[in-house]
Amino acid sequence: MDLNQYLSMFLDEANDHLQALNEHMMELENQPEDVSIVQVIFRSAHTLKGMSATMGFEDLASLTHEMENVLDLVRNNQLAMDGFIFDTLFKSLDALEGMVSDIANGGDGKADVSAIVKSLQSIVSGDHKKQEQVAAIEAEVVTEQNTDERLDEFQRSIIEQSVEAGMTAAYINITLREDCVLKAARAYMVFQALGEMGEVVKTSPPAHDIEQEKFDKGFSIFYVTTESEEQVRKAVANVSEVEQVELQVLTLEVLKDWNARIEEVQAGKSEVAATAATAGTATAEGTDATAKQAAKATDGQAAKNAGAAAQAKPSQNRTIRVDIERLDVLMNLISEMLIDRVRLEEIASEVKKSELTETVEHLVRVSGDLQSIVLKLRMVPIDVVFNRFPRMVRDLAKTLDKKVDFVISGADTELDRTVIDEIGDPLVHLLRNSLDHGVESIAERRATGKPETGTVQLRAYQSGNHVFIEIEDDGKGINRDIVLNKAIKNNVVTPEKAATMTDEQVYQLLFASGFSTAEVVSDISGRGVGLDVVKSKISALGGHVVVNSKLGQGTTFVVQLPLTLSILSAMLFRLGDEKYAIPLTSIVETGLVQRENIRRVHGGIRMIDYRDSVIPLLSLSALFECPSYSDFDEEEVEIIIIRKGDRIAALAVDDFIGQNEIVLKPLGNYLKSVPGVSGATILGDGQVALIVDPNALLK
Amino acid sequence: MAEDLKVVVFKLADEEYGIEVDKVQTIERMMPITRVPKTYSFIKGVINLRGIVVPVMDLNGRFGLPETETTDQTRIIIVNAHEMEVGFIVDSASDVIDMNEESIEEAPEMVGGIKAKYLRGVAKIGDSRLLIMLNLAEVLNRSEIIQLEQLEV
Repeated sequence: MDLNQYLSMFLDEANDHLQALNEHMMELENQPEDVSIVQVIFRSAHTLKGMSATMGFEDLASLTHEMENVLDLVRNNQLAMDGFIFDTLFKSLDALEGMVSDIANGGDGKADVSAIVKSLQSIVSGDHKKQEQVAAIEAEVVTEQNTDERLDEFQRSIIEQSVEAGMTAAYINITLREDCVLKAARAYMVFQALGEMGEVVKTSPPAHDIEQEKFDKGFSIFYVTTESEEQVRKAVANVSEVEQVELQVLTLEVLKDWNARIEEVQAGKSEVAATAATAGTATAEGTDATAKQAAKATDGQAAKNAGAAAQAKPSQNRTIRVDIERLDVLMNLISEMLIDRVRLEEIASEVKKSELTETVEHLVRVSGDLQSIVLKLRMVPIDVVFNRFPRMVRDLAKTLDKKVDFVISGADTELDRTVIDEIGDPLVHLLRNSLDHGVESIAERRATGKPETGTVQLRAYQSGNHVFIEIEDDGKGINRDIVLNKAIKNNVVTPEKAATMTDEQVYQLLFASGFSTAEVVSDISGRGVGLDVVKSKISALGGHVVVNSKLGQGTTFVVQLPLTLSILSAMLFRLGDEKYAIPLTSIVETGLVQRENIRRVHGGIRMIDYRDSVIPLLSLSALFECPSYSDFDEEEVEIIIIRKGDRIAALAVDDFIGQNEIVLKPLGNYLKSVPGVSGATILGDGQVALIVDPNALLK
Repeated sequence: MAEDLKVVVFKLADEEYGIEVDKVQTIERMMPITRVPKTYSFIKGVINLRGIVVPVMDLNGRFGLPETETTDQTRIIIVNAHEMEVGFIVDSASDVIDMNEESIEEAPEMVGGIKAKYLRGVAKIGDSRLLIMLNLAEVLNRSEIIQLEQLEV
């Protein structure tokens, strides 16, 4: 599957999460005792992990997984935050940021993070404190060792080719000021400045170490550019706190015996380093190897970047994120313009001047297009979210060694952009949950007489003013007793209360914070973050989630979301001089009925024949006390057959106007609920039409 | 030190009323109103206020006064207070005046047939002009209306 189309969405979300992580980490640093902040951080990390795994960025996922392990201990009060943990976590964030921006620039997001992973693991195992001192020595050793300014075959050939192609190659030695506080940041700025004009081929120490401030005062860069030597020098010198820039232009001759010269200089140094290395412990050696590996990875990366520059960079969907509020303003402005448009049309037809008429006609067309575009801007088919799931489900099923059929339906259901943006994470959680806890292993399924392959269905559909998303599995269902035992153990409920709870209430416990029924913490789910995040996310969107389950037969999660400020297809009709709209989704059909075919049963209720049954005929004009129309006097009544579930009724109306796309608007806070009316819409002529709520009429 | 106020002055029947200017969003001429069924009788319906659907009420009707005919002078004052946006239909709106909070005196039991709880007070402007200041919180209070409706049923 081509994940490219979701890349920009992933990047947007990933950056948001990283931003949030950074902010909350700072907050936590100020109040290390506050576990609620840890919760927030944990959730962000968890979501980021899920997203990265879905997109196939393994390194991102594994690093976040390690971070999660640490945070999990912290939030369960098994570990107190200290400086080292903060540092490591911040370093992890930096590494994550690096990977994400690499992805944004067309890279594959791979990076060697084993050093950080090691630190994180040492935190979890609790021996980081012992290692701290060792690490200090190590760092020194690493710095010495990595000041390797030799060029390998590949790097040399890149530089040579660039020089042959008429570009300037340079060896730049940069020294930062003694009192510089954020050395890594300054170095980054230097790279940024250089990156704008050319390509960095190699750095010494490797970029990996520079990012982690594992360098003393300065670092050096091999660089190819099309700009002049002078411009490069200026660009670097412009970065503040840079003390000195030495720039040596590399010609082909210089390159030839570069390595030989460096080796001479290095010979003296490496002796010192060697003694230091022997003084180091066994762990130091391990890190050493890691550092070398990292160096290799960075080199490879640089080479690849140089190669990529020659070709075209892989295209990334260019999107900008616009504040939804601005869209609302835009929409309102357009509605206002439509009113003037109607007025202009009237004037044009009065004046009868062909030039004016033509211009107005054009204006009408353009503004019509404009309106539909603005309306569509907000609506996105849920497909965008659903499409990344099959891959995820497949991978998950493989990891879990389960066989799963994944069926998606209703992917064309449209949802407001706000909702689409937010609904991805909760659905990921729910799907993971279904696969992990719902569908049984192959052996279990065989034992219970089920087909080996489980089925997970993901359905979306619109009903009235809501969109429903259902995730159904045919797995083992929810075991009430296990849930209750766990809840009692975790002090979520008292045993007395537990006995009186209905099944639905018990299922709702799954959504309580810190609740998880899985015994083993797995990569997929089972930390109890999943479901409470799901619930709070969905509530924040104004929806809710319910669970239906039959033990042994499967579980269905039903997510209900409101269709606020969204466009719906509606049938417009008239009652006398009043106009109304009714959502198409509830209409079965429209028709005509003759007066003599209307039967009256006791109490004045009118019924009509519909297909093979008799259904009630409701008079909307009577229900709405319409002053200018009554269907009781008509010889022939237009009817709209509406349905909710298995209930069907006919609505008598005056006249059909036609089908239209309308924007649902609330009636305002003052008129919170009007029986039979779900909202209002503004018609093309600027008038307000009420939207009939068929569900209320069928009650 | 009492604060200076800017007040929008409008008329219902022959009395002059005032609403603080910062609660008033705009003043509109009469425009087409879409009737909303099954709601309070003084709610005349909803209007399209530049793309936003806003309910409008006849202020005469709200206070139980006889409703007046729409004329050229009829205005809809859109107020935005207590997280509600509501239009008041008034017989005319003419003026914005400056006054001082000190000049507002407590309202007697009934003024112009309106219960005192809907009023913030009465202000004397100049020699002979009386301005009745509205208490928007009460005018926009719905729970009391609901109780009334239930009593009537």
